[in-house]
Amino acid sequence: MRPRFRDLRATGIRGSADSRPAQSGAPRYPGWLVLPAVAWYAVFFLVPLGFIAATSFGQVEGFSDVAYTWTLDNYRYLWDDVSGDLHLYRDIFLETLKLSIVGTLSTLVIGFPLAYYIARYAKHKTLLLLLVIVPFWTSFLIRAYAWLIVLDPEFPLFRALGLTGFLERHEILFTPNAVYIGVAYNYLPLMVLPLYAALERIDWSLVEAAQDLGDPPLRAFRRITLPLALPGILAGSLLVFIPLTGEYIIPVILGGNKTFYAGNLIAQQFLESEDWPLGSAIAMVVIGALTIALVVYARALGRQEQHS
Amino acid sequence: MTGRRLLGGYAILAYVFLYAPIAVVVVFAFNGGRDVLYWQGFSTKWFEVALETPEIRSALKFSILIALGNAVVACVLGTMLALALPRMRSWVRTPIDALAYMTLVTPEIVFAIAVLVFFVQAGSRLGLESPLGWHTILIAHVVFNASVVALVVRARWVSMGQHLEEASFDLGAGPLSTFRQVTLPRLAPAILAGGLLAFTFSFDDFITSFFVAGTNSETLPIYIWGQLRFGVTPAINATAAMMLAFTLVVVVLAYLVLRRSGQERDSGGLPGV
Repeated sequence: MRPRFRDLRATGIRGSADSRPAQSGAPRYPGWLVLPAVAWYAVFFLVPLGFIAATSFGQVEGFSDVAYTWTLDNYRYLWDDVSGDLHLYRDIFLETLKLSIVGTLSTLVIGFPLAYYIARYAKHKTLLLLLVIVPFWTSFLIRAYAWLIVLDPEFPLFRALGLTGFLERHEILFTPNAVYIGVAYNYLPLMVLPLYAALERIDWSLVEAAQDLGDPPLRAFRRITLPLALPGILAGSLLVFIPLTGEYIIPVILGGNKTFYAGNLIAQQFLESEDWPLGSAIAMVVIGALTIALVVYARALGRQEQHS
Repeated sequence: MTGRRLLGGYAILAYVFLYAPIAVVVVFAFNGGRDVLYWQGFSTKWFEVALETPEIRSALKFSILIALGNAVVACVLGTMLALALPRMRSWVRTPIDALAYMTLVTPEIVFAIAVLVFFVQAGSRLGLESPLGWHTILIAHVVFNASVVALVVRARWVSMGQHLEEASFDLGAGPLSTFRQVTLPRLAPAILAGGLLAFTFSFDDFITSFFVAGTNSETLPIYIWGQLRFGVTPAINATAAMMLAFTLVVVVLAYLVLRRSGQERDSGGLPGV
């Protein structure tokens, strides 16, 4: 009764779940059944993305209207904006990249041993896996704000340990570190699932054989476990990295007003500055960067498949 | 052997990490005092306070109605997609697949502002006073939840084989009666599970709802977000605890439905995304 994560694999991480070729002869449900969903996607997803692409080349007109003037000013502004020695927007994009990388690596480091334990040693695999998934299905917002309580210097545990004073001097809450903690926490299930899916398929007798033949455990891990787990590592990294590039909730709640990333920058243009063209341009930069990252990823995956 | 024990100990710590913050929210919802961080005895009074706050009641009603409507539409669209897609030619299937996955992985803030711009621009072109409201939240939620339902239903649909449907078509039944008499009874658990998951996704959603809600449509997550500006209060914890409980019940229900129906076929389990 192990969940097979057929659907996870189908999430586009490694092609489609139904690799069977279409049997054109057998009778089947008519193809037009896909039309309502495709129309919905087209009108309420693709067209809106087209709208922000167009808006990113526009200008603010009047108070908050958009004039579609086909100018590159917004992008130029994002690239050039300088205050003293600082390139404001460029730095925020770099910070966002850093957040995405640190978040991906920390969930990988925290999640790998857990997935490894469940896949190789645990008795109640399904239950333990379910326990990883359950937080993922609960409200992201609540899981983020829970850390407002847990990281407070006056949290009862810190009071009991006498750490309140120390933590008041070395604040965690409302600093980038609080954001990193919140990210590692909220995104952990997304990393563990694909890791488990890959590790669960490993034939552990291979590892034992390598060790019997004299490989020290670490070497056996590097030569056998790691290559076999690589698809899971890549898939998990993707699932964490992509949404992190636009992370909005965690920096706002846990970062106070001192931390800025692409996500809050976009939101700010829409909620406060009423500069929709600039906000759209920032969103386009995020999408562009993601597309490049995905192409690199696909290349890496192709090489890995050739290899095996 | 020691490695195994070490990993076991680590796993326990990891589960503490996963559940402690959620537990803290729930425990402090039962705090009798006004201050969040100082325990002053067990009490359920903040739940009463929360349930008697008119804003919370209307937000809750709103969230449930939107989530329900979203689940129904997502079930219809997602199931239709899942039934036809697996057997389509790959040059049609691949782009549609890619599109469905894109709706799930695009950073939500990008999608949220995109539909916001779209609704406002389309609304002003159609001459609507205020185009935003509960219906724009519902429409936007259906975009990614149709994909969620499609994933769940399709996994079951592909794994259970389609010989019965082929026989039904061969015997002259049309798509509609084949669906009603053959496919629906077999797929009902998967559709129900997909619908339940779509419900929780919509019920818990904050970012998309926040941007396309307009001024008069406050869902529960939007309410909580607004209150967090004034800091965490016991009443907020109580509201959050109720939300958590509600979501958990729905998710467990979805899991049980999927698992029971998959017992003879070994493919239960919640989808990962």
